[in-house]
Amino acid sequence: MAYVAVKGGEQAILNTHKLISESRRGNPDLAELTLAQISEQFALAVDRVMTEGSVYDRELAALALKQAQGDAVEAIFLLRAYRTTLPRIALSEPIDTAKMTIRRRISATFKDIPGGQVLGPTYDYTHRLLDFALAAEGLERPNAELAREPLDGATPRVIDLLDSEGLIEAESDDRAGECFDLTREPMRFPAGRDQRLQNLARGDEGFMLGLAYSTVRGYGGAHPFVGELRVGEIEVEIVPEELGFPIVVAEVTVTECQMINQFRGTAATPPQFTRGYGLAFGHNERKAMAMSLVDRAMRARELGEDVRYPAQDEEFVLSHTDNVEASGMVSHFKLPHYVDFQAELALVRQLRAEHAVTRAEAQMKEVAE
Amino acid sequence: MSAGTTMNHSDNGYNFAYLDEQTKRMIRRSLLKALSIPGYQVPFGGREMPLAYGWGTGGIQVTAAVIGPDDWLKVIDQGADDTTNAVSIRRFFQTVADVAVTESTEVATIIQTRHRIPETPLKEGQVLVYQVPQPEPLQKIEPRETETRKMHAYAEYGAMQVTLYEDVAHFGRIAKTYDYPAIVNGRHLMSPSPIPKFDNPKMENNPAIQLFGAGREKRIYAVPPYTSVRSLDFDDHPFEVQTWKGSCALCGSTTSYLDEMITDDRGSRMFVCSDTDFCNTRQAEAASAPDDKAAGEDA
Repeated sequence: MAYVAVKGGEQAILNTHKLISESRRGNPDLAELTLAQISEQFALAVDRVMTEGSVYDRELAALALKQAQGDAVEAIFLLRAYRTTLPRIALSEPIDTAKMTIRRRISATFKDIPGGQVLGPTYDYTHRLLDFALAAEGLERPNAELAREPLDGATPRVIDLLDSEGLIEAESDDRAGECFDLTREPMRFPAGRDQRLQNLARGDEGFMLGLAYSTVRGYGGAHPFVGELRVGEIEVEIVPEELGFPIVVAEVTVTECQMINQFRGTAATPPQFTRGYGLAFGHNERKAMAMSLVDRAMRARELGEDVRYPAQDEEFVLSHTDNVEASGMVSHFKLPHYVDFQAELALVRQLRAEHAVTRAEAQMKEVAE
Repeated sequence: MSAGTTMNHSDNGYNFAYLDEQTKRMIRRSLLKALSIPGYQVPFGGREMPLAYGWGTGGIQVTAAVIGPDDWLKVIDQGADDTTNAVSIRRFFQTVADVAVTESTEVATIIQTRHRIPETPLKEGQVLVYQVPQPEPLQKIEPRETETRKMHAYAEYGAMQVTLYEDVAHFGRIAKTYDYPAIVNGRHLMSPSPIPKFDNPKMENNPAIQLFGAGREKRIYAVPPYTSVRSLDFDDHPFEVQTWKGSCALCGSTTSYLDEMITDDRGSRMFVCSDTDFCNTRQAEAASAPDDKAAGEDA
């Protein structure tokens, strides 16, 4: 009997790299995808990878998606691992979404709003019928008609209109300009809102959606209204020390959701509405909305509400949102565990042997009686 | 360990040992703190590594922070140098650090391990880096970190003792076989990582530096050389380690931790050393000294 187990691991690993490269390419008779094609035609997949990968770079995200065969979580992992090697050159100024170049902007709380409801590109009002015409290539597409006049340059945020009446809580910066950086510091509990929002922004869309869903199904007591949801382009500025004034370093597309929630008030504060906030890179309304619901649910502690449900429990939520961490931990059970298993095996065998002896003794006793 | 300044960029565009020097400094500061408070979990700004969480990212970061160009690196998983993940991690450091690698426990200056401590006793100057999936020994009792932090602060470890006692009540013995909790330096309760309890006694008064890295949980802890590591037990149920009836089928060792192999579909099995270097060295010694009757007869 030869000892054959596990030897040759190195060669086998090299071969899996070649095999995955083959299966990634698929049928070589078909044209290979280009990064531009992925970035243009799988734009929403690219947006998700940029958001959860925490890097705004369409080309890198497209490359990650190509390398991962379209697996979003794997692509996010690739982008994150690349991201850690990048130097931190500067911190940007806070973005001002009121200055956004609007692509889409809706409010569910008022029929008409200053600046108007702008539907923009969305699947919301489509019928989800498979479009068989799309299976053909080179199809002529009708272009949307242009409005007669352009939108206003600055579109006020709907939520700010409530603010002036004191109907909604004031937004406050509790860390006086200091900002937690989740990519440089480990998580800390209790977590500040900056840390929570960073975590949610990087968090898995599916997990976030499920948690958000739970808050409106009795596991969180949310009564949300979409104050405003907007998608568009904003400029990112930094202030280099040697210049002392802001310069624009990038233009990014973001989706922002301001969720309005009821709050009964306390003895000290009159009833007013509270906020939940969501922001995602690119166009991703599902993520931004889910994030804003979970953000609000997790504010239970600071608002003096009972923490009773999973979505309100920051240790539970924040520790489990990250899909790179989660898929790593779950997939690691594929690694060999034979040392631990051997330890357990020996124990269970011993316990079974003792169990048999005890039972036999008990039966003997019964017979004797 | 010669962790000097290593700013050279290799051809592949990454810094020596992958991490940038600022990050290495941050990790070294955490390591120094961990060595100063044996067994205490130091939070650190763990980075995303190009290896999946749960697959040794903590160990890799610790190794990357302490490794220098003159080091000899050994990587084992389940005690073996040739298991897939050990191969993968060794290749990673060969790629990003161009460092000398070895399978010999004697030769290695840094040993990164998952789930085992080598059978060959370690020496002064060696560093043993453990990969840790869950650094918090109390997590199974209390999942909340805000609570476990208090329990550590007050050295309130009664709950762990009670858990072990519940085993005694149910099974007549402590039923924890790996990741067996230990008190370090008479103060902090520590998870030794999922090594079999067989290896726990090796941690005590070890001349080598023992560093523990948990990447996903972003914690580092350490056992300095010659430190007490006491496995929890009871006076009437003292700590004991696994034993086997037979010996290693390859080298005949009766003192090493044995893995079980199923050799056919009728359930035949054989037991061999989990530590491949230990086993290979013994086999080589037996082969070169045929008169030595201590070697296994029918290997």
